[in-house]
Amino acid sequence: MAEHETAARHRTPENPGSEVGAFLRRRREQLAQRWADEPLFRTVFTVARDEAVEAGRVVVDALAQVAGHGRVEDPADPGFTVVREQLSRMAAARARTGLTPSRVSTEVDALRVPADELLVAELPDASAEHVRACTTALTVLMGTLRLVVMETALSEGEALIDRQRLQLLEVATPVIRLWDGIVAVPLIGTLDSARSQVVMETLLESVVDQQARFAILDITGVPTVDSLVAQHLMKTVAAVRLMGAECVVSGIRPAIAQTIVHLGLDLGTVITRASLADALGYALRRLGADIVRAAPGGAQAR
Amino acid sequence: MNDDFPRPGAVSVPVLRLGDVLLVTLQGDLYDGMAARLQQDIAQAIVDSRVAGVVIDISGVEIVDSFLGRVLAEIAAHARLLAARTVVAGMRPAVALTLVELGLTLPGLRTALSTEAALELLGRADAARPGGPHRDAR
Amino acid sequence: MSAAAAGVEARLPIRSDLDLVRVRQHVRQASATLGFGLVEQTKLVTAASELARNTLVYGGGGEVEATMVGDGRRAGLRLTFSDRGPGIPDLERALSDGYTSGVGLGLGLGGARRLVHEFAIDSTPGVGTTVTVTSWTARAPRPRGGF
Repeated sequence: MAEHETAARHRTPENPGSEVGAFLRRRREQLAQRWADEPLFRTVFTVARDEAVEAGRVVVDALAQVAGHGRVEDPADPGFTVVREQLSRMAAARARTGLTPSRVSTEVDALRVPADELLVAELPDASAEHVRACTTALTVLMGTLRLVVMETALSEGEALIDRQRLQLLEVATPVIRLWDGIVAVPLIGTLDSARSQVVMETLLESVVDQQARFAILDITGVPTVDSLVAQHLMKTVAAVRLMGAECVVSGIRPAIAQTIVHLGLDLGTVITRASLADALGYALRRLGADIVRAAPGGAQAR
Repeated sequence: MNDDFPRPGAVSVPVLRLGDVLLVTLQGDLYDGMAARLQQDIAQAIVDSRVAGVVIDISGVEIVDSFLGRVLAEIAAHARLLAARTVVAGMRPAVALTLVELGLTLPGLRTALSTEAALELLGRADAARPGGPHRDAR
Repeated sequence: MSAAAAGVEARLPIRSDLDLVRVRQHVRQASATLGFGLVEQTKLVTAASELARNTLVYGGGGEVEATMVGDGRRAGLRLTFSDRGPGIPDLERALSDGYTSGVGLGLGLGGARRLVHEFAIDSTPGVGTTVTVTSWTARAPRPRGGF
């Protein structure tokens, strides 16, 4: 820390950074009270004003620490670490109410005004240059705070997208119980590695949940099968077998069958059927159920 | 810390006889010595009681590595020599996926979803060969 | 190493088959704590079991070092298995799929490699072998509480 202060002293003789830091520590309470009335705090901490004030104190403390390090322009300063989580949740809460990122940014910027006023009021006798140096440092510091908020909000957004991507994968892989002991997964669209993984896991889980003796993977809706996808299919078949069930792959269109032959892949151990209906018929017969067509007149053709 | 774990030989896997089937329930984390002893115990039990089938319930097993996988395969192979058939029941999905990724698909091993399904599998095969020679269910 | 190492979390000896159980239980616990999914946990524990057994059987014993790592977005678990055994003269062959034959050096190496995200091996005949594997949690962190 001594190192940072020395560095700051070298840059500006008056060291406005640590002066702003000292100011923040002195005016911590007033500033937190003023900020509690600003939209960013007021609208997030709606239950009690005390909560907003406390949240304000935490932010003031963090800023005072960063300023004390003489690194008012550094969003990576360790002083921000303790408030990062809180700031990100505040930004996320504002974003949920429909605020655009730039509006959130404006709300953070609005915190600068009361801080500025308090600072100037403290320096009635200082030289114009001194006042300017201090307000500049404060402005830079508040700009850095704004950066930190936007940064955390952005990474929060990325995490949200990741989560939604995973959820979408799961939604896109419905497991259907076709019959007592028979489940099916109709696959639609391109299979990449991540999706294949989800498909495998979902199918295996459902085999356990439903105690299904047969699992049907229907790939009618899959446009292409490359060697990687074929490999995933074979792994699924092997894993289902290890669990004590049987996997049937249905809906291999002629073009795909040709690709599989071209790729030199051996699906020899995999049970395949032309359509989902054929696969269901196969599984039903293996379970000992017979499918009969009702004859005209209601009598069963048997 | 050493006392948290059973010493080799202090614990063995219970081998239960159920009609003409041996029921073996594996649970938790087996150390290698225990798995190897299990292999001997089962072979001995087949000889002693002349059972026709062995069901190994692994629904309580969290991981099967290549060692345990090979032990299971060898139990089945050995039992076959003694005219008994082996069914491994209840393998967890995560274990199955891992074994496949590991490259161990255990083609010679008969599997079932649960102990009940395994007994049914052995029973049905029995019914299919009334006094006759061994016939496979598959 | 690319990620910022966060310090060694544990160092376990590999001297007996009971130690293998300890290694598995430790890796299970550490990966669960880091938020690995069940399948990823199982894969990592199985890989650890294979590698620890290699250390024991072919390396004549050694140790494993577990380190929690992070790359800013994901958490990871890094395991380093080291022994002062005879080393592996033909790494390429050891890594090829010899697992079905069930004999020879490097048993389970190729399989273990497929179960983890990163795999590195360093072996010098007469000096010893070090295998380092790392797996990462799925990218999306768990939804946080609050608000």
